[in-house]
Amino acid sequence: MLRGLWQLTWLEIKIFAREPLGLVGSIAFPVLIFVVLRRATGSVRGVAALPRFVSVDLPVFASVMIAASAVLSLVAIIAIYREGGILKRLRATPLRPHTILTAHVLVKLLFTAVTLGALIMVGRRIYPVDAGVPLLSYTVALLFSTASLISLGFVLASVVPTARFAQPIGSLALYPMLGFSGLFVPVESLPPMLQAIARALPLTYAVSLLRGIWHGEGWAAHASDAAILALMFLIFTAIATKVFRWE
Amino acid sequence: MPSPPVVHVAAIRKTYGRTVAVDEVSFNVQPGEIFGLIGPNGAGKTTTMECVEGLRVPDRGAISVLGLDPARNRHALQERIGVQLQEAQLQKRIKVIEAVGLWASLYQKPLDGDRLIEQLGLSDKRNAWFMTLSGGQKQRLFIALALINDPEVVFLDELTTGLDPQARRAIWDLVRGIRQRGKTVLLTTHLMEEAERLCDRVAIIDHGRIIDIGAPAELVLRHCPERTVFVATDDVTAAERFRALPQVQSVVSDPSTALGAGGQLIIRGQGDLVTEVIHCLAEHRIRVTDFRTEVPTLEDVFLKLTGHLIRD
Ligand SMILES: Nc1ncnc2c1ncn2[C@@H]1O[C@H](COP(=O)(O)OP(=O)(O)OP(=O)(O)O)[C@@H](O)[C@H]1O
Ligand SMILES: [Mg+2]
Repeated sequence: MLRGLWQLTWLEIKIFAREPLGLVGSIAFPVLIFVVLRRATGSVRGVAALPRFVSVDLPVFASVMIAASAVLSLVAIIAIYREGGILKRLRATPLRPHTILTAHVLVKLLFTAVTLGALIMVGRRIYPVDAGVPLLSYTVALLFSTASLISLGFVLASVVPTARFAQPIGSLALYPMLGFSGLFVPVESLPPMLQAIARALPLTYAVSLLRGIWHGEGWAAHASDAAILALMFLIFTAIATKVFRWE
Repeated sequence: MPSPPVVHVAAIRKTYGRTVAVDEVSFNVQPGEIFGLIGPNGAGKTTTMECVEGLRVPDRGAISVLGLDPARNRHALQERIGVQLQEAQLQKRIKVIEAVGLWASLYQKPLDGDRLIEQLGLSDKRNAWFMTLSGGQKQRLFIALALINDPEVVFLDELTTGLDPQARRAIWDLVRGIRQRGKTVLLTTHLMEEAERLCDRVAIIDHGRIIDIGAPAELVLRHCPERTVFVATDDVTAAERFRALPQVQSVVSDPSTALGAGGQLIIRGQGDLVTEVIHCLAEHRIRVTDFRTEVPTLEDVFLKLTGHLIRD
């Protein structure tokens, strides 16, 4: 049933790495931003003067950005593959449709994990990670959140008309979600209308989960976040299955 | 008893919204033949082909390929057929060898990828990225991918579009090679010359409907039986003698050439006209300075049947 999954995944990893800016864009760039942001704010004395997402939530903010760029890149790749007839060509083989898409999800998850790893390694000197931070658990939480966002990405990828619009439409959908996610402004302090919106978006739960795990609150304390992310994953996947276009 | 057809298409119809792309299309492809779907742009060739390949499901009608229903048994069928799609692409930065390797890994009994690459003349492009290949090289790679599972039937959708005459001829040889190995080929083209030289039988399709099916020569004979012979001669009795032949319909002298000395006669007729004229020339020892025949082609058949040129 999974025939070809590993071959295709491995191939897509290599192909992605060959793209100009492929590795740089997905790994080096987020790391660089992280370092620059930290350097720029690190000299400011008095943590209270800094916005909370830098002082407390910088790892969460950085991780969410990694996840977001993974999703955007996936939406763009799917749009390009569809426009070029690559999806159609792959579908005219014994590959199962879900195998083709799963390969792309695996590639994105892999790069998300690698980028997070690079971020923590490079950032270690300027942003010492508490010994108490459960890094493995955090990585799982990030991949879990990314998977949920990716399922939304597939819905997006189904509706973008052409590859040219993939990136802008994807950003348009994703970045406002960031604003409501509770990363910059606590969800509770939003007006009720916006709170309702925030509660309908997966990113809100992803931020809550990531923040909690990073600060050692454990999965049990965030079971509802995880459950909702899982539920959204199922819903978006079901929608994507219905609306996904191969050509 | 004749062997059952490899591809059997019965009265299929396919619409896209309000566009009727294919309507009442029926044909059979016999084992070991090269069968061509020919028709102008938008005629419904690709739609028909993709229904047969199981990539689209017709609204109506029935299809069987190697005894299987492509819509229901797509995965079982993919194992046994080879597909080349019109205007397909691969990942820009996939290497030739990687594409062939991936495809080989997807099938149960793949051919040797390296040998296939060599046979298709892609050996020095093994490690080249797809995006750096020329049109003809891409096309040959797609043929390699269509052949990797040693399929029983191969579907080729416009395989030589955009290729130079030399590359085109090389690909024709390849396709004949496929037939020689006992495979069946269903192809589409809007090049009449290609159909005439390559196909054992063709179906002419226009506006989603099949107009006629047959061997190219048979179609020409059926729809365009008229033949023309051009004879340049000094013999003033020649015109009269030609007029007396049973198959001759008209003999006129070409107004663009001088009358009498070396004037050219245009002899129109049907069926065995050319043989008759040659016999007549021999019998009456008519001296000829030039002799030319004009036999209609598939292109003429097409023009006659559809009322427009294929490239319109
Ligand atoms: N995906 C689609 N959506 C809507 N209409 C389509 C689609 N594919 C084909 N058509 C329409 O169906 C008709 C037949 O198209 P098809 O691609 O089968 O023609 P074709 O004979 O292969 O033409 P060509 O020689 O240009 O490849 C055309 O009118 C075309 O516009
Ligand atoms: Mg076509």
